[in-house]
Amino acid sequence: MTRRDSVLPPVFSRRDMLKGGALVVGFSMSGAARAARGDASGPPAPNEIDSWIAIHADNTATIYTGKCELGQGNTTGLLQIAAEELDLGMAQVKAVQLDTNITPDQGATSSSSSIHRGGPQLRAAAAEARQELLARAARVLGVQTGSLVVNGGVVSIDGESAFRSVKYSDLIGDKPFKLKFTGTAPQKPINRYSLVGKSPARVDVPAKAAGQYTHVHHLRAPGMLHGRVVLPRGQRSFGAGARALEVDEASIKHILGARVVRKGDFVGVVAEREWDAVKAARDLKVTWANGPELVGGANLFQSMRASRTQDAEIAKKGDPAAAFAKAAHVRSSSYSCPYQGHLPFAPNCALADVTAERALIKSSTQDVYSSRAQLADVLGMPKEKVRVQYYEGSGTFGRSCYEDASQAAAILSQAVGKPVRLQYMRWDEHGWDNYGPAHFAEVRAGVDAEGNIVAYEYDGWQHGWTITSTVSDSALKRPGVERAGGSGSITVNPISTGSMYKIANRRVTSHGVPMAGYLRGAALRSPLDLSFAFASEQTIDELAVALQMDPLAFRRKNIGDKRWLGVLEAAAEAAKWLPRVMGSSLSSADVVTGRGFALGTHHVSYGAAVVDVEVNKRTGLVVAKKLFGAMDCGLAVNPALVENQMVGQMIQSTSRVLKEEVTFDKRAVTSLDWNSYPVLRFAEHPEVVPVVVQRMDEPSTGAGEEVMGATAAAIANAFFDATGARMRQFPMTPERVLSALNSRT
Amino acid sequence: MAGELKIRVNGAERSVNADPDTPLLYVLMNDLELKGPRFGCGLAQCGSCSVLADGVEIRSCVTPAGSVAGKSIVTLEGLPALYAQQKGLAQAPALHPLQEAFVETQSLHCGYCYNGMTIKGAELLSQNPAPSEAQIRAHMDGHICRCGTYPRVMKAIQLASLKIAGGAK
Repeated sequence: MTRRDSVLPPVFSRRDMLKGGALVVGFSMSGAARAARGDASGPPAPNEIDSWIAIHADNTATIYTGKCELGQGNTTGLLQIAAEELDLGMAQVKAVQLDTNITPDQGATSSSSSIHRGGPQLRAAAAEARQELLARAARVLGVQTGSLVVNGGVVSIDGESAFRSVKYSDLIGDKPFKLKFTGTAPQKPINRYSLVGKSPARVDVPAKAAGQYTHVHHLRAPGMLHGRVVLPRGQRSFGAGARALEVDEASIKHILGARVVRKGDFVGVVAEREWDAVKAARDLKVTWANGPELVGGANLFQSMRASRTQDAEIAKKGDPAAAFAKAAHVRSSSYSCPYQGHLPFAPNCALADVTAERALIKSSTQDVYSSRAQLADVLGMPKEKVRVQYYEGSGTFGRSCYEDASQAAAILSQAVGKPVRLQYMRWDEHGWDNYGPAHFAEVRAGVDAEGNIVAYEYDGWQHGWTITSTVSDSALKRPGVERAGGSGSITVNPISTGSMYKIANRRVTSHGVPMAGYLRGAALRSPLDLSFAFASEQTIDELAVALQMDPLAFRRKNIGDKRWLGVLEAAAEAAKWLPRVMGSSLSSADVVTGRGFALGTHHVSYGAAVVDVEVNKRTGLVVAKKLFGAMDCGLAVNPALVENQMVGQMIQSTSRVLKEEVTFDKRAVTSLDWNSYPVLRFAEHPEVVPVVVQRMDEPSTGAGEEVMGATAAAIANAFFDATGARMRQFPMTPERVLSALNSRT
Repeated sequence: MAGELKIRVNGAERSVNADPDTPLLYVLMNDLELKGPRFGCGLAQCGSCSVLADGVEIRSCVTPAGSVAGKSIVTLEGLPALYAQQKGLAQAPALHPLQEAFVETQSLHCGYCYNGMTIKGAELLSQNPAPSEAQIRAHMDGHICRCGTYPRVMKAIQLASLKIAGGAK
């Protein structure tokens, strides 16, 4: 059994569910005055150490973090940080699952922020707890705190035998600290780290491998019903939602016990047996409103380019126009990058129990507190009466349909007065995702005769993100709500677009496209950075070719930062890069190979990739054979976790640049399963060599997204090396490859 | 209409009250409360719901429960016992060698697809204890991993192959 399982068993009595009473962690009670942890609506006060750490009578600690385990291993990394600061061993610390009555609000688990932003908070809290424990130990042992050392939660006097020692548990065991979190406690110097920077095994892996882990999908409750949403196959234009004009409830009369629930425009079904709910959702006859047309996949990029946009200059330096006029070589092109889906391997699922008094929702949300507010809105309840508990789903990579599933389960439970477990069907998840938005780019860059990049311009078009869900929009009969800032809310990332080079004249402009006529959008892992890197790093490579330079030598000459240089050299060394001009040794064989390089990032870490590809010029099939990645994320708390994340990122990026594309016509999305939305499969997967550039003296930054852009662009550059042709659009499907090969000049 | 169905799962005769058209997956998940087989697509496209029927991997999401009468169904839960039976071990190990290899290679991320990866990988190793890389790629191709852990599934199958050859722990 895992620690998580011991904290929250998968099956609850209804009474337990409503009490949330299965959470075993709590303080020993002295009288009835003090409420147990979890009784009150959260978040717990962030300025109390007790909100973050509890030391138990068995000399172990529970660490309360607000960042959720998504399969990225952050639980292990965060526990390492806390254990290091408290001088405990990994076996002495455990985490609890996120719960709006229990865990602190550290914001969403997004933007690779767990270690980057969540880590320092936790480290400071642990340091403060340790300071208090040492002060108590000093009193007990009758010495100054400066003479104390701690090992495995046992405090002793430096240089003396362990004869005089005291355990943390003797100092506080299971009692509250009642200590303010000031953030001023001294932290352990990095040169004394013994756990951070090492790679202990992930705490979640054994139960997952054994098939005993509790994903949200495994939860059941006594007396519960199974629910499904009823949606048309494939979403319509943003704002049109799913509006039922007519629901023929008699059409599912043949399914005994199945029942239709409507709230506003929302339609769902419940049944005692899951298969009956599936059949009811499938068979229910609904007449849907048509709503406005989509722009259609065939016209996507022309429409975006021609749209009336909200523009913002993201970066401006020098005088690009004048510099282009004097440049020795200029390369410019436009790039088209598709909508792509989050599409968790298991469609989203949630378990809700809603009564008139309170609601408990078990969800795989990336942000329990934001979900609670949205659920309260949908249910018409104050948020203090809504409790959200996090259970891991399958990898979500951003805002898939988890809010939808949670809200739909809650609506159904509220309507039928029983707990409801609801899961999306494959076509619901594929068809109603909040997709990673499409992107269109025009890039232009110029060099002088000495190989200095002297001018750079990036113009990017994309629409924004929605912050509501299809279910809440339908139930509350309101149009979709776009992120504040409207069509200009999502802008081109200036870091991904040339910032790694010393360019005296550079302009980056973002063109915000209004969402009407387009699809629902939201952050998809490394939001748009694949697109930015695909466009920008191909342009940089073209300059190297124009100069007849090795692409790495060209980049070395232009990079302005030692950390970008560091990842370049690390990837080059791993791949044993031999300098040469890209596309200079073309073969006339049907199957040709090439090798490419690129840089890229998301926010603050540094990524580089070398890719070997094989291209079949007759069939147009591109296969990535081997990927070498390098990442500098500052202090890598657990390098093995970073390596594992890099493997996942690079495979996913390969899938996205070679295979993945949401298709839609003027009416609706048409890619509704794994056949119509192909992804990289086992037989074609590349070997991956991840290299972590460890920098113990730099702050930890994100490691979950930062090598994706480099990988995507390196694949495109390798394709050029193999064929002498450029791919200006991804995914690089056989049709597009053959077209690019035929139009080679 | 629902009626009594008898199916043999993990070596035990089980009786459930279900319509024979119900996909086997729902019976395994809900009536028998097993955590291994799980829903991924309902279309036999992803491998999330895989189980062994007489040692052969099938997609339980599209297999009517009524159609497996007389067959021996093994889910992830029954894999160590099946392995012991195949190897003539006196006692079932806690984990199949492939599951041990998944832990040792720290291969999985969310772990949801590992039911299918384990079932399909174990099927391969039972048919061919020393598969080549090409054979592993071909055999596993029907199983999707969205987190991108294919390279480590590959490593784990190769490691499990060595474990099996090294004394069938």
